[in-house]
Amino acid sequence: MGKFLKFFAVGLFFGIVLVKSEAVSWFRIFEMFKFQSFHMYGIIGTAVGTGIILLLISKKIKLKNTTGSFLRVPIKERGFRRYIIGGTIFGLGWALCGACPGPMYILIGTGAFSILIVIAAALLGTFVYGLLNDKLPH
Amino acid sequence: MEYILQPWPWYISGPLIAIVMFLLLYFGKTFGMSSNLRTLCAIGGAGKRVEFFNYEWKNHRWNLVVVLGAIFGGFIAHYFLSNPININLSEQTIKDLNALGFNNVGKSLLPAELFSWNAVLSLKGILILVIGGFLVGFGTRYAGGCTSGHAITGLSSLQLPSLVAVIGFFLGGLIMIHLIYPILF
Repeated sequence: MGKFLKFFAVGLFFGIVLVKSEAVSWFRIFEMFKFQSFHMYGIIGTAVGTGIILLLISKKIKLKNTTGSFLRVPIKERGFRRYIIGGTIFGLGWALCGACPGPMYILIGTGAFSILIVIAAALLGTFVYGLLNDKLPH
Repeated sequence: MEYILQPWPWYISGPLIAIVMFLLLYFGKTFGMSSNLRTLCAIGGAGKRVEFFNYEWKNHRWNLVVVLGAIFGGFIAHYFLSNPININLSEQTIKDLNALGFNNVGKSLLPAELFSWNAVLSLKGILILVIGGFLVGFGTRYAGGCTSGHAITGLSSLQLPSLVAVIGFFLGGLIMIHLIYPILF
């Protein structure tokens, strides 16, 4: 159980940040896609900017992770179609229900239990992708 | 304490999200929230019927613990670390949403028009949540990641596929908000 504690702590921190930043709010997602506020772009932009810097520094100082190997970001497979088609389908859903997977879970904690319907539907969507994935263009 | 109780500005929140990603990489894992949907399908026994779910899901339990923490974090942030919700949305957003028939805009995290039990129990209400959730679950696995895996982790490591995926996220989002919402509401 002890080895899971640090993951619980990171999740806890993530949940707090996403609520306090209002990124879990449907309203903020709507506003973002309307280009009516810089808020969400500021969050994503500074997250990516900080992420780039942290990864560059880790590489420079040859930082090792807790398992003793160099920090390794999973490499995405090459391709175009799966990313543009899958991404667009995701975007349609994201804007429709105003929640991407992280916020879906976090919203349960805020007492918005109707989000469980969205999660159940997302599980179904994932299952159907699993059923069809070798027939889809990637 | 007052600083914590107020909403956190983007220039604090964004870097903190990057730290979440960094910590998970430092612990030898990665930041990807949608993978948990696949793991949950696998735990539910989907691997018996569908090859895509037939893998060692036990190796992904750590990520479910992150989810558990995130739910608890949401609880703490919402009930103990927040002033009453009053999201500082732009004037134009409030006007646009009022015109679409949304009231009390920004006074809660989610609009009652979509997420209250009354709304959920209407045919239109349930269809919106079910179709939205389905598209998120299907699209994220198709694209191999969501906002955390592509937009944060993928872009931070300068990967082209993630940039394409993020362009897709926005393409879909813009189509939904600008072309489909005016028909729906």
